[in-house]
Amino acid sequence: MPIVAALLSVAGLAGVAVVAPILTARRVAWATPVVYGASFVLAAVLLICGLLALLGGSAFQGTVHLPVGLPWIGAHFALDPLSAAFLVIVDFGAVVASFYAIGYGAHEEEPGRVLPFYPAFLAGMNLVVLSADAENRRAGYVYLLMASFGTLMLLLGFGLLAGPDGDYAFSAIRTAEHVPWLSGLVLVLMLLGAGSKAGLVPLHVWLPLAHPAAPSHVSALMSGVMTKVAVYGFIRVVFDLAGEPAWWWAVLVLILGAGSAVLGVLHAVLQRDLKRLLAYSTVENIGIVFIGLGLGLAFKTNGMAGAAALAVTASIFHAFNHSLFKSLLFFGAGNVLTGTGERDIEKLGGLVHRMPETAYLFLGGCLAISALPPLNGFVSEWLILQAILLSPDLPQWALRFLVPASGAMLALAAALAAACFVRAFGITFLSRPRSPAAETAHEVSRWQIRAMYALLAVCLIAGIFPGPFLDALSPVSQMLVAGAMPKQPILPHLSIIPISESRSSYSGFLVFFFIMMASWAAIRVIHNFASRAVRRAPPWDCGFPDASPVTQYTANSFAQPIRRVFGPIAFRAKISQTMPQPGDMAPARLTLSLRDLIWEFIYAPIEGAVLYAAERLNILQFLTIRSYLSLVFAALVLLLVLVATWA
Amino acid sequence: MERFSLDAAHLLAGGMVLVSFMMLYQNRILGLLNVFAAHAVVLSLSVAWQAYVQSAPHLFVTAAIALILKAIIIPVALHHMVLRLGVHRDIETVGGIGPTMLMGIGLVALSMVVMLPAAAEADPIAREDLALALSVILLGLLIMVTRQNAISQIVGFMSLENGLVLAATGARGMPLVVEISVAFSVLVAFIVIGVFLFRIRERFDTIDTQALDDFREGRE
Amino acid sequence: MGLILAILIQGIQMVLVLALAPGLIGFTRKVKARLLRRQGPSVVQPYRDLLRLVRKEAVLADNASWLFRNAPYLIFATTWVAAALVPTFAAGLHFSWAADLIAITALLGSARFFLALAGMDIGTAFGGIGSSREMLFATLAEPAMIMIVFTVALVAGSTQLSTVAEFMVDHSTLRVSLGLALIGLIIVALTENARVPVDNPATHLELTMVHEAMILEYSGRHLAVIELAAALKLLLYISLIACIFAPWGMARQDDGVLGMLVGVVTWVGKLAIGGFLMVLFETAIAKMRVFRVPEFVGGALMLGFLGTLLLFVSRSF
Repeated sequence: MPIVAALLSVAGLAGVAVVAPILTARRVAWATPVVYGASFVLAAVLLICGLLALLGGSAFQGTVHLPVGLPWIGAHFALDPLSAAFLVIVDFGAVVASFYAIGYGAHEEEPGRVLPFYPAFLAGMNLVVLSADAENRRAGYVYLLMASFGTLMLLLGFGLLAGPDGDYAFSAIRTAEHVPWLSGLVLVLMLLGAGSKAGLVPLHVWLPLAHPAAPSHVSALMSGVMTKVAVYGFIRVVFDLAGEPAWWWAVLVLILGAGSAVLGVLHAVLQRDLKRLLAYSTVENIGIVFIGLGLGLAFKTNGMAGAAALAVTASIFHAFNHSLFKSLLFFGAGNVLTGTGERDIEKLGGLVHRMPETAYLFLGGCLAISALPPLNGFVSEWLILQAILLSPDLPQWALRFLVPASGAMLALAAALAAACFVRAFGITFLSRPRSPAAETAHEVSRWQIRAMYALLAVCLIAGIFPGPFLDALSPVSQMLVAGAMPKQPILPHLSIIPISESRSSYSGFLVFFFIMMASWAAIRVIHNFASRAVRRAPPWDCGFPDASPVTQYTANSFAQPIRRVFGPIAFRAKISQTMPQPGDMAPARLTLSLRDLIWEFIYAPIEGAVLYAAERLNILQFLTIRSYLSLVFAALVLLLVLVATWA
Repeated sequence: MERFSLDAAHLLAGGMVLVSFMMLYQNRILGLLNVFAAHAVVLSLSVAWQAYVQSAPHLFVTAAIALILKAIIIPVALHHMVLRLGVHRDIETVGGIGPTMLMGIGLVALSMVVMLPAAAEADPIAREDLALALSVILLGLLIMVTRQNAISQIVGFMSLENGLVLAATGARGMPLVVEISVAFSVLVAFIVIGVFLFRIRERFDTIDTQALDDFREGRE
Repeated sequence: MGLILAILIQGIQMVLVLALAPGLIGFTRKVKARLLRRQGPSVVQPYRDLLRLVRKEAVLADNASWLFRNAPYLIFATTWVAAALVPTFAAGLHFSWAADLIAITALLGSARFFLALAGMDIGTAFGGIGSSREMLFATLAEPAMIMIVFTVALVAGSTQLSTVAEFMVDHSTLRVSLGLALIGLIIVALTENARVPVDNPATHLELTMVHEAMILEYSGRHLAVIELAAALKLLLYISLIACIFAPWGMARQDDGVLGMLVGVVTWVGKLAIGGFLMVLFETAIAKMRVFRVPEFVGGALMLGFLGTLLLFVSRSF
C-alpha cells in the first residue's frame, strides 16, 4: 500500500527533522550530507508512492485512518489521483532539491539555520497533500507556515464547508449539501487563503521578498513546489469539495489569474536581483495556472466535460512544468551565487565562459519558461490556448468577453516572459564581466550540476513526449470534472491532440527532431562544401569598440523600452529630467518614479483603516472592569445567537 | 446569395468600425482628415450596398450625398481651413494611444452586449449592423472626448453622425427626407463651426478648446 | 504509395522555400530600386551574396562564446522548420500535424530568442540596443499574432494550417473578423521582418536599426545563414497571408502533377504580388520613431483582439 509507505516516509522526514538539530548542535561534520541524503531517499520513496498511485490505478490508492490528532475525530489520510499527482510534483522537486543541496549546503556557513527545518518543510508539504481532512490540513499549514492570514482564511473556508455538524473528513464534506452562497464564500476564502500562499495578485506582495531570502535550494522548493501545494488546496476544495461551481467563480479566478500573469512578469522584467526576478516570474506562472483553472470552472459549470478536462489537465501540467523549470532556474541562480557571491545581475556578465555548464543549464530553463518549443513550457501554454478556443460556446456574456481577454493576457505574459529571460540570461551569462566577482567566477560542485541536468532532462522529455504525461493526468481530470482528454496516441504520430485531430495537434518530438536535423545538415553542408575557417579578432562594434565593460547595455537599459511602453499603464511610471543650461556646471538629472498600484489601492487603504480602528479602539484601554465584563458578555450572547441561527 | 449579402454588409459596417479605430490612432490633423474621408467612403459603400440589397433606390441618393459631401467637400474644406489656421503640424497629446484604443475596444464590447441580446428577435442583418453602428457612434464620442483640438472634435462629431446614418440604413424603410435634412444639418453645423473657429482663432490665438475653459469666468 | 507521395511533397516544399527565399529578397530589392528610379542589382544578387559569404572565413570576436557560434544554425533551423510547415503550393502537407499555427508562431519566437541572445553575447552597445528593441516589439507582435490565430481558428474551426486553407477554399466568405485579422497580420509581418516603417533592412548605420544591430558582429558563413533565415521568414509570412486569405490555386493532396504545377505557379505569383505590394507600401511611407512602433504593433494586437471578441459574441461576424 503506497499510502502506508508514504506516511512512514513522512514520519521518517519528521524524524530526520528531530535528529538534525542534535547533529548540528554537536557540530558534526557530516551533518549536511546525511540530512540531505536522508531527505533525498525519503522523498524518493514518496515520489515512487505518488507515481504508483497515479499510474497504477485504484489498486494503489486508498485511505488510512489513524487514531492520532484530535481524539474524537482521528486523522484521515488518502491517496487519490489528485493527491497522487501533486505528490509527484512535490516530491520530484524535493528529490532534486535534496540532491542539489548535498553540494550547495557545503557552503552554508550556519547549517543549523536550515538543516532542521528542511526535512520538516518537506514533511509538512507532503502531509498537506496526503491528508484527507481539513483539520489535518490546517495542522499541516500551521506547522508549515506562520502566515496567519492565509491560514485563517483556509480555516474559515473549511469551517463553512464542514457546516454545523463539524465533520471535517473530505468524504463527509463531499457528500454534504452545499448552500450556493456559502460555497461562493468558500471560493472567496480559498482564493484569499490559497492565493496568498501561491502568490496570486494582489496577495503576492510577500512572495518576492520571502522566496529569494532563503538558500537557493529552499527558494526552489518554495517557488517551485510550495506554491503548488497551495494550488492543490485550491483545486481540492473548489473542484472536489465545494459542490457545483457557479459561473461567476470562473470570472473571479480568470481575472485574478490573468492579472497575476501580466503584473508578475512586468515586475520580473524590471528586477535586477536574479532571485527576485525568478520569484516574480513565479507569480506570473501561478497566474497562468489559475487561468487554466478558471477556464476549467467555466466549462464545468456549463457541463462541457471534455473542455473542462482539457483546461484542468493543461493547468496541472503547467504546475508540474513550472515546478521543473523554476527549480532549475533557482538552482542556476544558486550556482551563480556560489560561483560569484553576487545576485545583482548588473554586476555579473560573461559567466558563459567561466561557468559553461551552469550557463547551458540555465539557458535550458530560460527556454522552457519562455514557452518556446520544443520544451515543456510551450506544451502546457499551448493546451491552455486550445482550451480558450473552445469557449465561444459558453452561454454567459461576461465569460465570453473575459475569456478572450485572458487569452490575450496569457499571450502577452508569454511574450514578456521571453523578453524577461533574454534579459536575465543575456546580462548574467553573456557579454563582458561587469565586476571583479564575475571575472573570477568558478564552476560549482558536481552534485549541483547533476541535479540540474536531471531537471533539464525531464523538461525536455515532458516537452517532446508530452503524451504520456497527459495520459497520466486523465484520472485526475476524471475525478475533478468527470471528463478526460482523448487518449494520446503514442504511435504513429507521437503528437498530442487536445480535442480532435482535425482541430489541432502538436508533436514536440518531430519539431525537436526537425530542428536538430536541419541545424545539423546546415552545419555539415557548410563545413564540408564551403568553409570552416575561423579567425579571432577584436569586436567590430561599427568601428568603435570600447574596452570598458561599462559601455555595454545594462539590465536597466535593456528593460527601459519595456518600462516606457508598459510602465505608464501598469506602474504609473513618470520620468522627469532636468537638463542644466549650456555653460551651467550642474549635473543633469533623470528621475524615475514607479508606483505600485496594488499597494496604493488595496493595501494602503487597509493600513489606513487598521490604524484608524486601532486609534478608535484605544479608548477600550481605559474602561472600567464592569464595562469590560459587559463587552465580554455581549460577545458571548452574540456568538450564542449566531450558533442558534446556524443550527 | 442571402448569406453573401449579409456578410458583405457586415464587412462594410465592420470596416467603418475599423476606420473609426484608425481615427483614434491618428494623432496628426491632416492624417485624421484623410482617415475621415475614408470613413465616409466606407459609409457610402455600405449604404449603397444596402440600397442594392434592399432594392431601395432612394438609399443610393444617401450614398451619393455621403460620398460627395462627406468624403470630398468637407474634408477638402477642412484641409484648407487647417492650412489657413496653420495648425497642420499640431500633434494631439491627450492620453496615450494604447489606453484610448483599449477604451475603444471596451465600447465595442459594450455595444455588442447592449444590442445583441436586446434585439435577439430582429432579423440578423439589422441586429449585427445595429451593434456595429452603435460602436461607430460610441467611438465617435470617444474621439470627441479625447481630443483637444476643435477640428478633431468636429471630425469626431461627423464620424458619430456617420454611425447614425449607418444605423438608419440598416433598419429598412427610412425616408429619404430625414436623411437629406440630417445631411444638411451637418453642413450647416460645419459652416457654423467653421465661422466659429475663425472667431476663436482671432480672439484667443489658438483653437485648443482647453484655452476656452481657461477664459471662463471664475477660473483664474 | 500515398505516404511516399506525401513525404515527397513535403520534401519538395522544404527545398522550394529554401531555394526561393533569396530570390524573393532579390525581387523586392529590384522592385524597390525600380520604384525609386534606380537600376538596382540583379534579382539573383542575394544568391551570389550568400555564396560569397559562406566561402569566406568567419571572423569571431575574441570573447564570442559557443552560443554565438551555434545560434545562427539554430535560428536558421527553427525558421526553416516553421517555413516548411506553412502550406505553400499544396494543402495537406504530410507533417503539418506536427505543429499548428500557434506552434509555428512559437517556433519563430525561439528563433528570435536565440537571435536576441546572440546580439548580447559580445557585449557591445549596438548588440544590446538591437536585442532590447527586438524583444520590445516581440512583446506586442507575438500576442497580436496569437489573437490573429484565434480569429482565424474560430472561423475555420482549426489551428491546423492545412485545414484552415482547405476551409477557406471551400467556404470563402467575407468576414469582418477576417478583415481585421488580415490588417493585423500585415502589421505583424512588417514588424517581424524588420521592414519599413518599423525598421529599415537597407541601412546599417542608423541609430534606430533593430535587426541589423543584433547581427552586427556576424560575418562569413554565420552571417550568410542568418540572412538566409531572414529571407525564409519573409517568405513564410507572405505564404502565410496567401495561405489564409488567398488560398485559391493551392493543390489538394489528391491532385495530380498538373495540379501541383498549377499550385507552384500560383504560389510564385502570390509571392511576387505580395512582395510587390510590400515594397510599394514601403516606398510610400517613412520609417517611424522607435517608440511609435509599439503603438503601431499594439494596433495589430487590438485588431486581433477585436476580431476574436466579435467572433466570441456572434459566429456570423
